[in-house]
Amino acid sequence: MSAEAFVPAPVAPAVAPSPPKVPASFANPRVDPRWVRWTLTAATLLVVGVLVVIPVVNIFYEALKEGVRVYWDNLVADPDTRHSILLTATVVPIALVANIVFGVAAAWAIARFNFPGRTLLTALIDLPFSVSPVVAGLMFVLIFGLQGYLGPFLREDGYSVMPYLTSLIGLFVLIVLYFLFRPSSPTARRGIWKGPAWLVVPTASVVLFAVSVFIQKRLGLWPQGESLKIIFATPGLVLATSFVTFPFVARELIPIMEAVGADEELAAINLGANGWQMFWHITAPNIKWGLVYGIILCNARAIGEFGAVYVVSGHIAGQTDTMPLRIEKLFQEYNLPGCFAVASVLTLLAIFTLIAKTQLERKMPSVVHEPTGEGGK
Amino acid sequence: MSIKIDKVTKKFGNFFAVDNVSLTVPDGTLLALLGPSGSGKTTLLRIIAGLEVADSGSVIREGEDITLQSARDRKIGFVFQHYALFRHMTVEENIGYGLRVRKRPKALIKERVDELLKLIRLDALGKRYPAQLSGGQRQRVALARALAAEPRVLLLDEPFGALDAKVRQELRVWLRKLHQEIHVTSVFVTHDQEEAFEVADRVVVMNQGRVEQYGTPAEVFERPANPFVMDFLGNVNVFHGRVEQGKAVVAGAELAVTDPHPDAPAAAVYVRPHEVVIQHQQSGNASLSAKVLHVNPAGSRVKVELRATESEQLINAELTSERYEELGLKSGDEVYVSASRVRVFTGDYVI
Amino acid sequence: MASLNRRVLPGFSLTLGYTVFYLSVLVLIPIVACFIKAGSLSFHDFWHAVWTERSRAAYLLTFGAAAAAAVINLILGLLLGWVLVRYDFPGKKLIDSLVDLPLALPTAVGGLVYSSLYVEQGWLGRFLVPLGIKGAYTRFGIVLVLVFVGLPFVVRTVQPVLENLDPEYEEAGASLGGTRWQTFVNVILPTLKPALITGFALAFARGVGEYGSVVFVSGNMPYKTEIAPILIVARLEEFAYGEATAIAVVLLLISFSMLVVINLLERASIRHER
Repeated sequence: MSAEAFVPAPVAPAVAPSPPKVPASFANPRVDPRWVRWTLTAATLLVVGVLVVIPVVNIFYEALKEGVRVYWDNLVADPDTRHSILLTATVVPIALVANIVFGVAAAWAIARFNFPGRTLLTALIDLPFSVSPVVAGLMFVLIFGLQGYLGPFLREDGYSVMPYLTSLIGLFVLIVLYFLFRPSSPTARRGIWKGPAWLVVPTASVVLFAVSVFIQKRLGLWPQGESLKIIFATPGLVLATSFVTFPFVARELIPIMEAVGADEELAAINLGANGWQMFWHITAPNIKWGLVYGIILCNARAIGEFGAVYVVSGHIAGQTDTMPLRIEKLFQEYNLPGCFAVASVLTLLAIFTLIAKTQLERKMPSVVHEPTGEGGK
Repeated sequence: MSIKIDKVTKKFGNFFAVDNVSLTVPDGTLLALLGPSGSGKTTLLRIIAGLEVADSGSVIREGEDITLQSARDRKIGFVFQHYALFRHMTVEENIGYGLRVRKRPKALIKERVDELLKLIRLDALGKRYPAQLSGGQRQRVALARALAAEPRVLLLDEPFGALDAKVRQELRVWLRKLHQEIHVTSVFVTHDQEEAFEVADRVVVMNQGRVEQYGTPAEVFERPANPFVMDFLGNVNVFHGRVEQGKAVVAGAELAVTDPHPDAPAAAVYVRPHEVVIQHQQSGNASLSAKVLHVNPAGSRVKVELRATESEQLINAELTSERYEELGLKSGDEVYVSASRVRVFTGDYVI
Repeated sequence: MASLNRRVLPGFSLTLGYTVFYLSVLVLIPIVACFIKAGSLSFHDFWHAVWTERSRAAYLLTFGAAAAAAVINLILGLLLGWVLVRYDFPGKKLIDSLVDLPLALPTAVGGLVYSSLYVEQGWLGRFLVPLGIKGAYTRFGIVLVLVFVGLPFVVRTVQPVLENLDPEYEEAGASLGGTRWQTFVNVILPTLKPALITGFALAFARGVGEYGSVVFVSGNMPYKTEIAPILIVARLEEFAYGEATAIAVVLLLISFSMLVVINLLERASIRHER
């Protein structure tokens, strides 16, 4: 090529005959040689096949081994199994609701505000992941069990605490509603919101609380002198399940709310929205997919929880066995088809969870999902 | 080692990143691949390095066809745009990496690393990690790393793009000096015309996958091969007129054409801002009237913005401070404009 | 700014109050009760509960099996993560979702099916038992089921790092003359170190607490295949609450300190990565 100014002759886009195509892996430094790719892929398929696929197939095989009729009977004809399904279906939604409320509240407090102890609080939320579920169950037995700290009291006259408990809960709900619907600018407040909150709320609370307790006692709504069973009964199951699953919703919501930022909500308040309007119109749409995702994880974990529930349930068949516990009971009785029948239902639920999870992950690409163990311990 | 690129083409889908490019880089040259984004210069560089594979054509180094050689075997040093320094290794370990993977004896590696640290003037920083260095320092380490294994060819991909103006300036000078010392055949990619001109012996102007012109910086600037090159390298005023009897006729004025051009009914006439001549009197037919719009005295030259009276076209002119003072121009003056050098291009090149 | 919000955004006291209340009732008070109960034992009794031959065997098995499973998952997780990010093959998306199954599946189900697969008549047992590989009612079985349970952890921490890896580093490694293997070991693997440590920690923590699946697979034989949580349950069934709590407290303390150590390791490994 000469050193003078060079004017290229106009050329048509290249259609010159090309030498044999170079294999991409030859020169591209980021592609592994073919034998490596094949071996590793085969190894992957082997690992996933043996560890995951074969077990799943085996579950359904064993469940349906003796025919669909027997399978169906195993699930529906046995009253204890039926009860276990109902028990799971009772305990899980309650734990779920409690944890959703907690999750939203905790996420709001942590993501939107700065306060001393914020880091500690966030770390506390992760606590259940480092506590063995058996230990979790043990803790509740220590408090509510017959030999526990509250045991004697509950046994003697456990229900006497109920009027206070229900009044407290009702009061809490009312206070939340009060603040939720309170107009944000003082000049716009009418009716019950007219007066200053620090005056209205305490006085009204005391009055309503006293009235509620009085009425309940007067009407004799709760049994007297009877033992309120928490351990070895459904309330204990709810407590144990709530403990092991409460982080899930909060953990999903906090990163999302932090990423979205408070600007929109601040703008809404500025424009005069009250708490409810801000939440419903601004916050909720932003967090809805994260919320659903957290609920799905929470749900899967709650259904599958074994260790904690095992300890608090006393495994009285027909009364305090959830589905996973039922499987264990059937296993002890060497009723394998029964075991697998219940197991297959849980597996189906797990598969649905996986599908829902995959679909949702597509809607929230920015959130990194660290696995946290939803299948129960 | 010289590098010859012979009819290389690379497509991404339907897009021709490099379109039938042929080029020779003589041994010991410092060559700049200059062009706007998407012109194919980085792709071409990567093909030379072996980081991309051409769809057709060949790359020949000193007579040896290396088209099919993998990047690792080519003994070509590559400096990446974002340095790609290994964050978990110290500066010394980074520089020595190329020798370490070739299983050279430890003593030799140490010697070479020390030599290079001295060369890049970072002797004291050998045990630091890349995160503890400034941008300019990191770039020098990246260069030393590429040079450690004594490559025959050195390739640099927009090496100074991520640095501040002042650091960039220093490193350009430094690279030029380094090349003079080491004399390894080098090719670097840049979109900055000033950088290419300051550093390189030869410049290749690329556009849309093709080579527009190849030559020394002076040649390319003074004798651009086509409107693209002319416009890409520095500012230019474009007038539309015609060529009659060897003169460019623009808005009634007849301007002498620098390189002879056949007559044409329609032509684009190019004048660089510093080649615009402003006078207070008309010189016969050879100037057109214009009005001064704006004078910008900042910098070593004075920039004057004018509007041609007849065609209402905006003209950008650059004057030396002396000339400006001589003329005593101010906004609103009526003056006459001609040109010391005029280039004409015909045909349907569109900028 | 978050600190300004308190005066503008509503609900701070309410949400914080409820959060603290909920956590106290559900978490803090029970844990405190645990420590109080353990503390109520005399030192002698505490030591006796916590340091018998049987309990020592249980700790060793619990932490040993969890560590072994976590190490295996480190290798498998790296393999799976690499293949799922770098290669393409039919059914890749399906395999990718299947990796999450151990998280969604109740552990009781996992334990049940693993024990049925690896006994002598099981689908896999019939090949493996004659070879001497007994997956059911053995320590190996415990490790196996813990590998299943911990499978997703390393994979999911490694995948994002691999996906975001700048190609320039590998290209630099290659242009400097390294083989693919050299580039992998010297350039890519160090970048993955923090993710691998995190994944290991998660898998390990998960393995230590695991109960449901191990119960089915191990046969719960004291001194041989009894993990610590099972020992705790045994003590509970004997109504020896104090002893059970003592062991639980030991477990808690060891788990917490392991997590602190791993956290420190993580922080040390990313010290250079700024």
